[in-house]
Amino acid sequence: MKFLRDLLDKQKPLFQKGGKLENLYYLYEAGETFMFSPNHTNGIKGAQVKDAIDLKRMMITVVVAMIPCLLFGIYNTGHMHFLAVGEAATFGDKFLLGLQLVLPIVIVSYAAGGLVEVVFAVIRKHPVNEGFLVTGMLIPLVIPATIPLWQVAIATIFAVVIAKEVFGGTGMNILNVAMTARAFLYFAYPAQISGDQVWTYIGDKTPIDGFSGATALAVAYNAGVEGEQSVTAALASHNTALSDNLFSFANMFFGFIPGSIGETSTLMALIGAAILIGTGVASWKIIVSGFAGVYLMGALLNLLAVNNFMAMAPEYHWVMGGVAFGIVFMATDPVSASQTETGKWIYGILIGVLTVIIRVTNPAYPEGIMLAVLFMNVFAPLIDYYVVKANKKRRLQRATV
Amino acid sequence: MELVSLAIRSIFIENMVFAYFLGMCSFLAVSKKVSTALGLGAAVIFVLTVTVPVNWLLNEFVLKEGALGFLGETFASVDLSFLRFIMFIAVIAAMVQLVEMVVEKFAPALYGSLGIFLPLIAVNCAILGGSLFMAGRDYTLAEGAVYGFGSGVGFFLAIVALAAIREKLKYSNVPNGLKGLGITMLLTGLMGLAFMSFMGIDL
Repeated sequence: MKFLRDLLDKQKPLFQKGGKLENLYYLYEAGETFMFSPNHTNGIKGAQVKDAIDLKRMMITVVVAMIPCLLFGIYNTGHMHFLAVGEAATFGDKFLLGLQLVLPIVIVSYAAGGLVEVVFAVIRKHPVNEGFLVTGMLIPLVIPATIPLWQVAIATIFAVVIAKEVFGGTGMNILNVAMTARAFLYFAYPAQISGDQVWTYIGDKTPIDGFSGATALAVAYNAGVEGEQSVTAALASHNTALSDNLFSFANMFFGFIPGSIGETSTLMALIGAAILIGTGVASWKIIVSGFAGVYLMGALLNLLAVNNFMAMAPEYHWVMGGVAFGIVFMATDPVSASQTETGKWIYGILIGVLTVIIRVTNPAYPEGIMLAVLFMNVFAPLIDYYVVKANKKRRLQRATV
Repeated sequence: MELVSLAIRSIFIENMVFAYFLGMCSFLAVSKKVSTALGLGAAVIFVLTVTVPVNWLLNEFVLKEGALGFLGETFASVDLSFLRFIMFIAVIAAMVQLVEMVVEKFAPALYGSLGIFLPLIAVNCAILGGSLFMAGRDYTLAEGAVYGFGSGVGFFLAIVALAAIREKLKYSNVPNGLKGLGITMLLTGLMGLAFMSFMGIDL
């Protein structure tokens, strides 16, 4: 430790003002603060902040909260593969195959985004931010394991530049960066991120007879369109070639279903939520109201049901697709979400409601959480504006002049 | 039910700004503050709601092929639809004049902050677009009125949301070259991405 500290201190004058490499100061600063906690202190005057939580620790907490999702996603990628090709495999085999597929995506996402981040930091002279550690982890978790790596790189660069850096970097973006990356992929290369074929990695093996790669949401939507059997019956009878009851409620809750890498497991997302709420990093109001919004809208559609999908029990909306992951990790992004406390309730509820509406009514998108989050990101400043205005009005009335 | 779904479609799915990119000039120029954007949005709602039905009447009884048939046999084959643009614009200009006088009288502060953009509603393509879409898609009078109102609300939502974001953007550190309209254009594109969520819904 001492050796590292000394090494850094020795290099410091080189990067400080007047030094040879002063242009690269923020690169140095990033390395220094990455290894040692910063020693900034305030003078005697001014605000005194005693809590040592800073952006770095906050972002790292989010990354830690995502680790259960990542590990499970790696395992599930392998699990789905061996299920689809009909081979028996041990836990280790599955995990290893998953690792082979997922690790390159994570590395590419970090490398591409990190490079852009550093270039912008050096040119625009702002500190390199750990916000990217979160974004770089979120992007791999919301895309299928079969995606070509160059698409990951392009999407990451697009999202970091257009959705974040043009607004001035971490803390100033309007839309959630990871969701923008996914939306970009979705509209630019739909063949690799939608449909039935992309969710399960097959490789050069042949899938067993009767295999279908459809996700639970696609099955449910089709049941609604065809109208022959209820959604639960359709889910139960789907893909029996692989295993009985692949889409049982328990399987969908634990996450043993095809889907994007990190989104399938509701349980892991809830563990992440517990970490985020316990440490106070994410707003529990958004998470609770998001889930409530999904349930309420599902229940409301039950009453108005004109097809089987609408008549599906609302708790199924919780466990299908990426709702849990999206609400826990995407909607709670403190930058693009509503900032006011009342606003968070409205914001969360509307995300839930919109997700279910898009799922049920829009044939173009089987999953609604991505666009629901983006849509509410757009309207979050407006919600805040009116909450602040209402608050001002209330306090003015209370004030007696 | 038909009309309700038409209204929802014109507000969200076929949003004037994000689906057709119409009315961009005032959308970009008058979205610096929420209060001003509210005023312009309300004016656009009013003008669209009034002009689309009025233009429908004009189109149905004067301009359409055979519309003048009620005057007698000789007029039955007259087709004045080539006059559509100029007639529609004339109606719109008259309505905008009306709005301008009302706003000047009852909300002088708003009148001041809207400035040149209030009379410029007359040449806002979203409004002419509303009337032309109405004529092109053969809406009935009721449908036309609902469509006009819905498109207006869609524009209203879009401009108010953009204004709220731009008020927040004041605290952002936008690169020099992108300040002002540049970042607003990018923002419009990103908002369009979010509005894609409704595209494809078939009501």
